[in-house]
Amino acid sequence: MDKFRRALLGVVALGLLKPWAAFAAWNKEAFGASSAAEALKGIGASGAAPSKEIVIEAPEIAENGAVVPIEITSKLPGTSSIAVVVDKNPFPLVGKFDFLEGAVPFVKLNVKMGETSEVRVIAQAGGRSYVATKEIKVTIGGCGG
Amino acid sequence: MAGPMKIRATAAGGFTDIRVLMTHPMETGQRKDPDGKLVPLYFIQTVTVKLNGRTVVDGQISQGVSRNPVFSFRIKGGARGDKVEVAWEDNTGETSSIEAAVA
Repeated sequence: MDKFRRALLGVVALGLLKPWAAFAAWNKEAFGASSAAEALKGIGASGAAPSKEIVIEAPEIAENGAVVPIEITSKLPGTSSIAVVVDKNPFPLVGKFDFLEGAVPFVKLNVKMGETSEVRVIAQAGGRSYVATKEIKVTIGGCGG
Repeated sequence: MAGPMKIRATAAGGFTDIRVLMTHPMETGQRKDPDGKLVPLYFIQTVTVKLNGRTVVDGQISQGVSRNPVFSFRIKGGARGDKVEVAWEDNTGETSSIEAAVA
């Protein structure tokens, strides 16, 4: 009985400690989603409102789908996170970046694109979600390696 | 295999720009090797940026990020000599980090 109690306490303590772990748990549900709608749901951004305050800088036509540079800036006040979703990729959610005190809601990264697709950028600000979309045409897909 | 990282942090106009390069194959789990066998999923999952020991950007990424990922981040302020650290962890639990002083 005592052993059981101690084990139980251990599990509870672990659960309490988790939020302070060096890395937040990877969002398996959202990253494992195979459609953009599911991915959005996974990051709590279903029904995001379109916004012109999210600026996406990316080529209209990407020659090489293996490396498509995307630069994102959110001008929405109080932006707490930016996520990138490539609609037609097998797993659309490419990344989500949380910006804490001191960070500018800006990120530049290279993504893979299997084919021409809409790229959605979701910014969360003040507890609400906003989205901007840009179509990027791909001439050579990047998922075959 | 995963390899070394490179980082550059430069302060200008009240902001510090951080550019970081990671050496990692970012395997999607869908590619086949020359023998026709699937190469298993192998990719960075988390990326964190710290300024003087305090987390400023906490990122999660997928296998959809290009191989040998390059990221740019921007932070407010940051003086010459401030310490910037970028760390990653992949789906196999492997980690790496690099530190630089703001120039």
